[in-house]
Amino acid sequence: MTAESSNACAVSAHNLRKRFGALEVLRGISLDAHEGDVISILGASGSGKSTLLRCINLLEIPDDGEIVVAGETIGLRNGRRGGREPVDRRQVDRIRTQIAMVFQSFNLWSHMTVIENVIEAPVHVQRRPRADALREAEALLDKVGIADKRNAYPAHLSGGQQQRAAIARALAMHPRVMLFDEPTSALDPELVGEVLRVMRALAGEGRTMLVVTHEMGFAREVSNRVVFLNQGVIEEEGKPADLFTTPRSERLRQFLSSHLHG
Amino acid sequence: MDSDFLVETMKLLLAGVPLTFKLAFYSIAAGAVFAVLLALMRLSGSRVLDYAARSYVFVFRGTPLLVQIFLIYYGLGQFPDVRESVLWPFFREPYWCALLALTLNTAAYSSEIIRGGILSVPFGQIEAARACGMSRALIFRRITMPQGLIVALPAYGNEIILMTRSTALASVITLMEVTGIASKIIAETFRPVEVFVCAGAIYLLLNFAISRAVALLERRLSPQIHGAKHGTDAPEPAR
Repeated sequence: MTAESSNACAVSAHNLRKRFGALEVLRGISLDAHEGDVISILGASGSGKSTLLRCINLLEIPDDGEIVVAGETIGLRNGRRGGREPVDRRQVDRIRTQIAMVFQSFNLWSHMTVIENVIEAPVHVQRRPRADALREAEALLDKVGIADKRNAYPAHLSGGQQQRAAIARALAMHPRVMLFDEPTSALDPELVGEVLRVMRALAGEGRTMLVVTHEMGFAREVSNRVVFLNQGVIEEEGKPADLFTTPRSERLRQFLSSHLHG
Repeated sequence: MDSDFLVETMKLLLAGVPLTFKLAFYSIAAGAVFAVLLALMRLSGSRVLDYAARSYVFVFRGTPLLVQIFLIYYGLGQFPDVRESVLWPFFREPYWCALLALTLNTAAYSSEIIRGGILSVPFGQIEAARACGMSRALIFRRITMPQGLIVALPAYGNEIILMTRSTALASVITLMEVTGIASKIIAETFRPVEVFVCAGAIYLLLNFAISRAVALLERRLSPQIHGAKHGTDAPEPAR
């Protein structure tokens, strides 16, 4: 256990299971993220890492298990047409405002300018005054280094700029936890660095982050905990120094050798 | 050609433009509201609502507008229940019957156009909205509808033009809009070619104005495509 574990639990997942048809993607995963944790989630494609992240903010509804955000358990029940559904949609909407997500394909709203994207949720979901939201958005865009693009539409930005705008949009909600779903996987290699720099800075501020990534350097240097998923279960987890230097399982050894040297 | 006759005919026909315009405007406006409802029913995920909307579209798209107008105008009056109901003052009037038929008809077509627009919005953008805690209604209002509208607009412009022309059918139930007046003049003068040339010119003019308005709206609604609001970074696309 790491030193940060003494902090309050920001998000915890207990025994999550998720099945898509015949394929069981998550087979009982439990994960606690404490305030200030930066957890990198590694695994081969199909290991369930994106699904795990998407279950945490209910973009996928787990078939079984429990999600607790800041001490509040998300109510789920069996739906009428099979599968599970939230007991109270408003609870889900409310909890989602505390968990911001950054997607692999950015998913900026293409009919809004960068700054409009950033203030959308603060103004329309959190009902903050527009002037305040604008002022804060300017600061956030400055922070991620695209202040000059505030009035540009997403289609006119590079991938790296779009992803940084998406990070600003996520930050604008004042989230308790940030989820990153392969944030650099859709970027040209030369644009990866600018996004990772922003993410490193966020980690440095003590933000709680769950990051699904293939960037071994980031996992190793920035995160305080690494979780390695294999076929829907946590195969190994621990401090990055331990996992990267002395992997215990054969699976992780193979994964690391193909990703570090491949 | 007899220019005096043409001018005289044109004057008479222009008197029918307000009615043509009213029929088109009100049916399109009411039809649009109904169409959004139908599109939402199709996309609701509820099997009952979906099939209700599907059946409606099937019937109103699958039968001629002319038949629908006849059925509403002549058909409804056959039922004593209708004749005795509070709605009879409406269904007795050819104007309201024509308006109803046009509205029901355009709603069927437009609902499919709007559904297509809504479906064109990339799913990732909807997920991003959900992840921000937006409710379904808010996502529809802020994300799906504005983008769906832009995509639907060219096809919807077609529908508006189609409807404006379709108002001509109202003449068969005695309405004196442009085509109705034209038929009357022809019956009196036996000069169908000149009269219909004039009537056609009026429709052409109306639809020219409509297509310009739609094009203007399209540019205003989609600055991300046309480069407005973007300052000097993006030049206006060449035209």
